[in-house]
Amino acid sequence: MKQPNSNTHTPSPLSVQHLSMRYHHKPVLTDVSFEIPEGKTIAIVGPNGAGKSTLLKGIMGLEPNIEGQASFFGESLDKKRQAIAYVPQREEIDWDFPINVLDVVLMGRHGQLKLWQRPSQLDIDIAEQALKDLKMWDFKNRQISQLSGGQQQRVFLARALAQQATLYLMDEPFAGVDVATEQAIIELFKELKLQGKTIVCVHHDLNTVGEYFDWIIFINARLIAAGPVEEVLTKENLNKTYGGRLSLLNDLTEQMYRTQLNKAHDTD
Amino acid sequence: MDAFTLLDTPTVWTNWLAFWSFDDINLLWVLVGSILLGMSASVIGGFAFLRKRSLVGDALAHAALPGVMMAFLLFESRDPLVMFLGAVTSSFLGFFLIDWLPKNTKIKADAALAITLSFFFALGLMLLSYIQGLEVDNKSGLDKILFGQAAAMTQKDIKLLAYVALFVLSCVVLFFHKFRLIAFSATYARTIGIAVNRYELLLALLIVMSVVVGLQLVGVVLMAAVLLTPVAAARFWSNQLSHILIISALLGGLSAIISTQISYLAPAMPTGPWMVVSLSALFIISLLFAPEKGLLKRYTEHQKLRKKVAEENILRTLYKLLERKNFQHKTFNLADIQALRSMPLESLQSTLKQLCKKALITSSTEGFEMTTSGFELAEQLTRRHRLWENYLTEHAELTPQQVHQQAERIEHILTESQELQLQEELANSQSDPHGNLIPSSNSTIPGESK
Repeated sequence: MKQPNSNTHTPSPLSVQHLSMRYHHKPVLTDVSFEIPEGKTIAIVGPNGAGKSTLLKGIMGLEPNIEGQASFFGESLDKKRQAIAYVPQREEIDWDFPINVLDVVLMGRHGQLKLWQRPSQLDIDIAEQALKDLKMWDFKNRQISQLSGGQQQRVFLARALAQQATLYLMDEPFAGVDVATEQAIIELFKELKLQGKTIVCVHHDLNTVGEYFDWIIFINARLIAAGPVEEVLTKENLNKTYGGRLSLLNDLTEQMYRTQLNKAHDTD
Repeated sequence: MDAFTLLDTPTVWTNWLAFWSFDDINLLWVLVGSILLGMSASVIGGFAFLRKRSLVGDALAHAALPGVMMAFLLFESRDPLVMFLGAVTSSFLGFFLIDWLPKNTKIKADAALAITLSFFFALGLMLLSYIQGLEVDNKSGLDKILFGQAAAMTQKDIKLLAYVALFVLSCVVLFFHKFRLIAFSATYARTIGIAVNRYELLLALLIVMSVVVGLQLVGVVLMAAVLLTPVAAARFWSNQLSHILIISALLGGLSAIISTQISYLAPAMPTGPWMVVSLSALFIISLLFAPEKGLLKRYTEHQKLRKKVAEENILRTLYKLLERKNFQHKTFNLADIQALRSMPLESLQSTLKQLCKKALITSSTEGFEMTTSGFELAEQLTRRHRLWENYLTEHAELTPQQVHQQAERIEHILTESQELQLQEELANSQSDPHGNLIPSSNSTIPGESK
């Protein structure tokens, strides 16, 4: 309940300033800026190809061709890496890779380990707790190829938990999972929120977004709106988000990149 | 042809004995060196394989050729270290070209690989023929690095090879967790602050080093096979990366022993092709006979399943016949069964025989009758079949004709817990969409006292 007060003191867990991203010359995101509150669940919502996953990757510095910046608790990514856990999309992983569940979760501990260090008993205990939180401990020796889609997602979430971060960035954790997993994720969100942690998710299901999240960031190649659910989940914002791209903005930005005008023009 | 005539004579046997008595101390060195190389190349190749960069090793081996020739031209020496440094330099040049082209141009990775590989190889061949036209000492034997010749290796060569191989192996042991993490997901590794680029460079260096020291043994042309075939074979035997790497090291070592021996017994034969052939033989054995993923195992599993399905289908048919007779008449002959279940007579008879053997049915002069355990199994199958039909009608809104086809298959794989779940989720679990009664799981046979 002391939320409004504490916000003014501690810097936002994630603040994005003038972030623009492109793929070769095609603009994906143009000049996105927002700042999120601590201890909330935040959804990034938009149509297919709106740049939701790209936004997360841009925030994590995983893509080339980024302009603008993201800061975490007022600091750069490199200074706050241990506080941030990223959960990639399930499709991006080679599920035939020869590895079992426990070893995947232990990967979450490697950010804290030295070059040659192996996970210690403490790391294993942390991984065990993470797996138990997601009800996956019974599967600890299972090959990842033998898991269902929902179980795979839970393994990823357990790996993020094992990082013991304070800010979680998740790319579509609800995509293609079963009811049990969906419930497990909701429970996890509640638990993390109780501990004052912040969760940012790419989310595609408009039916559940108001129920599962406290905050929404609407994007479609640009920022449409960002704010608490009760303020921004409006017909107008939905229309703007899903009403197609602004073709003139899109075309001219592409032309700008193609001509490398952004480099020729004086910086302000 | 020299090589083969040598193999024909009885001297092979004495030569073979001489080989294993290690009268020639140099031979022991060659053997140890090639085993070490086989092991280190297969282990480091394992990571290239897992990262789906299998062909990089091939390109790097070819890219080493011009470096060897240039080193020879510049220093007029066959010193192993000079050759090694020359090869590493040009191999790395190739590596950067392969890496740079797709990132900075529209050329895709596979094309970059092919272009680099053939360009460097051609350059190397040009230099080689130029050198062979020169009047210089020591030039003989340079062409051996195309296909490898273990017997031509000097102690100095082998010492260098052993150091490099041990260095590669210890790096893999030391950085195993980080290498695995990067091979599994480099993107994720980046997000937790791992210096992915540095490790990738180290991996590349280790691959280049293994390739380069392997040239004299295996040759430029076939080096890739030594990197990749062992791990591809080992993948059939295990699902755990550490085991896979150990198995591929063993396979690599084994093929090294075989090929070095042959190279000694028949000096005119290049080692590389023998190594690759023996590795491929090991690969084929793995492909066919590996305990879980081998083709043979998969075939027998499939046959087992076919048998099980055929048996279960007959039990289901007998149950349906029983149902039609209101559970009064219990013995049915072949014609009764065939009327309901179209199945070639031969396989019908053999399946019935199997069922008799398992005491699920008994046969008499009048025909076939289910035993109690056979009846229970038939009842269970029928229950699952009909529950599934109901589920599809209620939840997937399929027509009764559609659901029967589906249920014919699903009935064989439904488990008990899934059956319970079905019962819970169904509003109607009394009768199926065709109006037939669904036998309950704890019923006694209607009109029958057991």
